[in-house]
Amino acid sequence: MVVNAAAVSEPTAETADAVLDRWQRDPLALVQILRETQAATYWLPRSLLVHIAAALGLTVAHVEGVAGFYRFFHTSPVGCVRLLFSDNITDRMLGSEALLAQLCARLGVAPGEVDAQGRFSVDRCSCTGLCDQGPALLVNHHQVVTRLDGARVDALADCLLAGTPVEEWPDEWFRVVDGVQRADLLLTGLAADASSLPAVLARSPQALLDEVAQSGLRGRGGAGFPTERKWQACRDAPGPLRCVVCNADEGEPGTFKDRVLLASHADSVFDGMTVAARAVGAQQGFVYLRGEYRFLLPQLEQVLARRRVAGLLGRNAAGIAGFDFDIAIHLGAGAYVCGEESALIESLEGKRGTPRIRPPFPVQAGYLGRPTVVNNVETFCAVAHIARRGGAWWAGIGTAQSTGTKIHSVSGDCARPGLYEYPLGTTIAQILDECGAPQAQAVQVGGPSGACIPASEFGRAIAFEDVPSAGAFMVFDRSRDLFEVARHFARFFAHESCGLCTPCRVGTELVVRRLDKLAHARGAGHASAFDIERLHDLDTVLHSGTHCGLGASACNPLRDTMRHFGAAYAQRSTAAQFQPDIDLDAELSSARRVTRRTDAGAHLHTDTPT
Amino acid sequence: MSAVDPSFELDGQRVPLQPGDTILAAAARAGLDIPYLCWSAEVSASASCRLCTVLADGRPVAACVTPAVAGQKVECRSASLDVQRLRLLQMLFVEGNHFCPGCEKSGNCVLQVQAERAGMTDLHFETLNPERPVDASHPDVLFEPNRCILCQLCVRASDEIDDKQVFAIGGHGIATRLLIDSPSGRLGDSALSVGDRAAHICPVGALLPKRVGFAVPIGQRRFDTEDTRG
Repeated sequence: MVVNAAAVSEPTAETADAVLDRWQRDPLALVQILRETQAATYWLPRSLLVHIAAALGLTVAHVEGVAGFYRFFHTSPVGCVRLLFSDNITDRMLGSEALLAQLCARLGVAPGEVDAQGRFSVDRCSCTGLCDQGPALLVNHHQVVTRLDGARVDALADCLLAGTPVEEWPDEWFRVVDGVQRADLLLTGLAADASSLPAVLARSPQALLDEVAQSGLRGRGGAGFPTERKWQACRDAPGPLRCVVCNADEGEPGTFKDRVLLASHADSVFDGMTVAARAVGAQQGFVYLRGEYRFLLPQLEQVLARRRVAGLLGRNAAGIAGFDFDIAIHLGAGAYVCGEESALIESLEGKRGTPRIRPPFPVQAGYLGRPTVVNNVETFCAVAHIARRGGAWWAGIGTAQSTGTKIHSVSGDCARPGLYEYPLGTTIAQILDECGAPQAQAVQVGGPSGACIPASEFGRAIAFEDVPSAGAFMVFDRSRDLFEVARHFARFFAHESCGLCTPCRVGTELVVRRLDKLAHARGAGHASAFDIERLHDLDTVLHSGTHCGLGASACNPLRDTMRHFGAAYAQRSTAAQFQPDIDLDAELSSARRVTRRTDAGAHLHTDTPT
Repeated sequence: MSAVDPSFELDGQRVPLQPGDTILAAAARAGLDIPYLCWSAEVSASASCRLCTVLADGRPVAACVTPAVAGQKVECRSASLDVQRLRLLQMLFVEGNHFCPGCEKSGNCVLQVQAERAGMTDLHFETLNPERPVDASHPDVLFEPNRCILCQLCVRASDEIDDKQVFAIGGHGIATRLLIDSPSGRLGDSALSVGDRAAHICPVGALLPKRVGFAVPIGQRRFDTEDTRG
């Protein structure tokens, strides 16, 4: 057994120096510097943060604030091998909690703890975007292990206990498949005879904007903002420098379409970014790749390198004189809120991913104050097609208000999970039929921040004018308890709240505690109608003004399930009247012990039946 | 002022506008009160407390950072917004340990006076009972994190007025907390001096200059009313 001493002793500053030098001691790269340093040092002790702060000319408190914001940064010791079980509801439905317990038992550690020799630590993390091939786990915030089962967990424990390096684990464990079940135009890819990017970009920026306007394309990240209006606003904003950012922070639980687009259609995504850059006049491009997709980085860098060699990026990109545009990849570090475009830009600038005050909007003042377009991976992919086949062609697909196709990440209780691409306007019933889910009682469309659609509404269509979707489609059959689904999502939002605004910071925590009381998982009291009333209160507060969309949508699962599955709440709130979290009589036990009294008079008698 | 001068309507009252005005700034100039905790004219806004949430043409926005728009109808005093403010205040009270009778900020505390004005008589939610160690290491300033409402006024004052960056925000979610820039993380080892604006801008009793507690008698404190003046 080889124990790596680096994990149990404090890492030295030299490791950070190499990383700092590679990033030219640029404070804007702080998140990348922390990430790369930690990859070598396993965790980030305060002494290292002090060193990095000094090297970057930042205060220690600032660096500590950034390190403490991202879930993938460790400011207390962890093991040489860090395993994070994906904790989406779909992973749980596939048995992830039992597998986590099995692994912990084999390794002799508790979740969230490191073993005595500093060899490994095991914990949970938010959805890793592998719901169709889960349960999954992240290794060292780098590789992913898919399709966990009892045998794989046992073999994994063997490797960990034997000290087998991750590079020597079986390749099969790391296999990630695209899982395309129904391809339409995006997942089919560009036609072999599609015009080249230089031919596309030879048109004027205005012609490109007009084409996107005609297509009626709306953003695929969830908000559905018209793409052309965003681009036009960026183009019209004053300033010499502009940026185009691809939002690949696919953090919405149950969504994994962008992973496949990046894995198999990266050229289309980069084509779309380049078209956007040409249209708005941008010089700088970023892909904000979520930390969970670190395993995609080498191949994405390869594609970018190939495109540079081909002249599609760099000075006079695509052969257009004066069009200088290149793309860099920035890795996230486990923070769902960074999917919000202004939080994403803060993170790109090396800061805590707190959503900005708007206005100004990113199209007016984004990265470093420059007008910045942020679009979803799928949006850029659509642009690559629209720029070639025309806006009218795209507008002819889908419905009048929701043009084109949409990719759905289907997971949960169905026979054939994976990706399904349909024209917008397709009914939920049709998708359920094709993925094999005859027993479905509800579908969470668009992830936890989307909508929980009960069976009575399966005839509704996925479209901006009916049920909008950011791409998740989680199926729950009749064996599932929708209360527990909502409680799981509540934990997710409380875990991911950035902590800036009062209603989200405090409200999401209060929702978790109240639902835990209903589940009898916290406190002594049984729930009553009083607790249901408090949940309605919290739902109202969070829907009435939070700083960003995370807080505003945090109670969507609660609201939807209380409305459609009220019985699940009613059966958990049957106490005749309010019962406190603490057991008042139990609180007196130490006083009884001291006074050696056991008589009835030494007990509290309440009228509350238990 | 002529009728064509730009203005918006706040709870039915006409509020004149100047270029660059937020809803809160314009209302304050007109002598109309929109409740807030985390805003100060001295520093940039954090928009964190959300107490100043108003409905601008029906949309909930933070008045402290939302540009005022001519012709807009803004609602601040309504039954539902009154309840919303009360709930936000109650959330702040249960998040920390705000025990007014034992706090020397009592009578000068913005959280306390806003709660009183909102008619708050109970906590409504269960208390979270945090256990955050008090930092009394600084010779002249006490830091009592259990009273911190994360308004960021000290963060901004130290950065924008004192040019020191003594404070920062750390953690996330319910574990969000105020960080102090010093090798030890304690206030006594930081660059803060009692003459700094950051040492006095705290709206609650989280950052307090030492040796002046209870110096102002009840009846003469900032928010004393006829009731407390006697």
